[in-house]
Amino acid sequence: MSELFADYAAAARKTPAFDEMFDPGQFPRTEYGQVAAALDELNLADVTARADSMARTFLDRGVTFDFAGEERPFPLDIVPRVIAGSDWDVLERGVAQRVRALEAFLSDVYDKMAVVSDGVIPQRLITSSAHFHREVAGFAPAGGVRVHISGIDVVRDQQGTFRVLEDNVRVPSGVSYVLENRRAMAKGLPEAFGQQHIRPVEEYPRRLLAALRKTAPPGVEDPTVVVLTPGVFNSAYFEHTLLAGLMGVELVEGRDLICRGNRVYMRTTAGEQRVDVIYKRIDDEFLDPLQFRADSVLGCPGIVNAARAGMVTIANAVGNGVADDKLVYTYVPDLIRYYLGEEPIIANVDTYRLEEPDAREEVLDRLDELVVKPVDGSGGKGLVIGPDATRAELDVLRAKVLEDPRGWIAQPVLQLSTVPTMSGGQFSPRHVDLRPFAVNDGEEVWVLPGGLTRVAMKEGSLIVNSSQGGGSKDTWVVDGEVRGTAGDDGPRERPAVTVRERTSVWPIETNWQDKQSEQQQQ
Amino acid sequence: MLSRIAESLFWIGRYVERADGTARILDVHLERLNQMPLPQQRETSRQLLGVMGSRPEQDDIDLSDLLQALAYDRTSATSIAGALGAARENARRARETVSSSVWESLNTTWYGLTQHRKDVVGTYRFCHWVVERTAMVRGLSDTTMSHDESWQFLVLGRSLERADMTARMLSTHDVHAAGLSWVNMLRCAGAYESFLRTRRASFGDQQAAEFLLLDRLFPRSIVYALSDAEKCLTQLNPAYQRVGFINDASRIVGQARTFLEFHQTRDLMSELPEHMERVQKACARASDAVSRTYFSQADELSWVGEVS
Repeated sequence: MSELFADYAAAARKTPAFDEMFDPGQFPRTEYGQVAAALDELNLADVTARADSMARTFLDRGVTFDFAGEERPFPLDIVPRVIAGSDWDVLERGVAQRVRALEAFLSDVYDKMAVVSDGVIPQRLITSSAHFHREVAGFAPAGGVRVHISGIDVVRDQQGTFRVLEDNVRVPSGVSYVLENRRAMAKGLPEAFGQQHIRPVEEYPRRLLAALRKTAPPGVEDPTVVVLTPGVFNSAYFEHTLLAGLMGVELVEGRDLICRGNRVYMRTTAGEQRVDVIYKRIDDEFLDPLQFRADSVLGCPGIVNAARAGMVTIANAVGNGVADDKLVYTYVPDLIRYYLGEEPIIANVDTYRLEEPDAREEVLDRLDELVVKPVDGSGGKGLVIGPDATRAELDVLRAKVLEDPRGWIAQPVLQLSTVPTMSGGQFSPRHVDLRPFAVNDGEEVWVLPGGLTRVAMKEGSLIVNSSQGGGSKDTWVVDGEVRGTAGDDGPRERPAVTVRERTSVWPIETNWQDKQSEQQQQ
Repeated sequence: MLSRIAESLFWIGRYVERADGTARILDVHLERLNQMPLPQQRETSRQLLGVMGSRPEQDDIDLSDLLQALAYDRTSATSIAGALGAARENARRARETVSSSVWESLNTTWYGLTQHRKDVVGTYRFCHWVVERTAMVRGLSDTTMSHDESWQFLVLGRSLERADMTARMLSTHDVHAAGLSWVNMLRCAGAYESFLRTRRASFGDQQAAEFLLLDRLFPRSIVYALSDAEKCLTQLNPAYQRVGFINDASRIVGQARTFLEFHQTRDLMSELPEHMERVQKACARASDAVSRTYFSQADELSWVGEVS
């Protein structure tokens, strides 16, 4: 291997985590063959130059996230994360299964609550969720879908098995980086692309738009779709503009919208125009000051009533947060069995429900060995990793848990799998997770091949959130090498490209070019 | 298209043109200022600032204050850096509407703002760079955006600002005690060669001013810019063509243009300040009228009842 991998084996041995690129004998796994070969050709100067050029492109294109009021480029590492096609196919089925179960769960929760009367999940658990909104109970959303877009976070444990870490069915973000990363990698590491088939990601916006249009209120001939953003200061604003741009729809803010007679309109230069589908990228609490926070200026008053009247589709539906509550997460395997009659394809991470006295007791005893998370948090907020925490932090945590056991879950510290990452002049192992994105149009759940791999840039760190110094990797689902022509079904007939030899030129003296070359030689 | 986006596009057009115009004016005047004795330099700097629309905070300002105010002050909308920052911020808000190459060139320009030395010599380079970058933005928006409504708003903003900037350019003539030579004024607008070719032998202040004010073929002349703005307004609202103008902005711009075109005078130079005043006022009023017609938003969120 190249000198950039000189210390890799030693670093990898320090952690018990599963390394995705190298097997225990330090040979590259099959799916990484092409990447390893490409990286082998590079020296430090090459890698640095390419990384700089990739970062510069991101800055120029404005591929940034907003951190404390400042635009920062999202760091992209030059080593892609590769998943074998066969592994992916299983994962894909698992994600789709989970989305279907959560969809069924949500429409049940906001309707008859059969899941409660059948004793699968306790009622108090649902009604005590911070994101259970009675405002949207008792009606089926126009178009019949609640979880249009979801991001199911998965990790690989020490054995390399995929496990679901959490579900995101409110406003999952990050898909723009998947699209941009692939563009950047095609320029940054072109050598690795040629010989293998990497499943493409660029159809995502088309799939999304198709799903949004399909779930428009019934009777609308040519639905108008808009993306609703909280505005330019939101940390994911780049993603909103990218998706709106790629779908060719308007990006609206709350103040562009107006509700009248349970219909939603946007203010345009040609007067008001009817809106049929809103891809909502703001939190439920800010969506409608009539129903939720009255002081919100990000939303538009009356929008929930319009949805209740079936005049507008909101994607994702309001109130989805109850399904990605981390305590409900512990019941998802049961929900899959209950609604779909199937066994879960991807397992959960073992989780303690702190509500249950026995579990709570055990967790409080072993607080310094476990990860404790708030049930309604996102972006790694409030999460405490036991082994890394100080005594004082643990005491604060203990008090918080005792005060509100419903608000917390605990999990064993997972050694997330590692992938080589450029750091300090060489490649060393860094922990990664994976967020596959799924688009549900009511009939079919389509999973974007790959998804967003986030990587913790600090050595040994298990926190991959961009707000806490995480970066990302392009994620490739690879279907083996592209076979040569010999094994193919035979070359396909292609119309020959016509060669047009005539080029329009300004009539010049015939010996002009000869003269020029002579002059240069002199 | 969304009113908010239309407004952003209009202002991208204005700010980019403003940066361009300011850079051109600063470039030419800097050359003159450098050669003046200090007291005169201060006086001239102060007046120049006045013409460019920013009121100096203290009375005695030196060259570096002038450079700060016209080139590098990011907080002021009349400086080059401020205008380019505002253009970029507007493009960020309308990012899905402008083509990605327009956005990228504005964004790259913005990141490049800090990479210049802020002394006199550095400012020459800076002005040159700004003129180039804004030309690039204009070229990209003309060649990579559909010439639909959104582009019309962009060009409308650009044309109004251009008329305004040329008017300011001509007003700066009086700032210098001896008057800025007509050669420099024409250079300011990049009109030197065109002028020479058009006018052949008759050189002079009067002719130069006339050229920048009234020439129907030179794109940076006021009449040309105003008629561009008129065209955009017609395109944006093609409904009324038979009698009169329903549209305030069209009326204001048209009046200003025809006044210049049909005005007869023997001594253009003495009337120049008055003309310039009129053009600048017309541009400001037209801009307001456009906002009222196309960008008006409800002042704040209000709930419009269930049935109405």
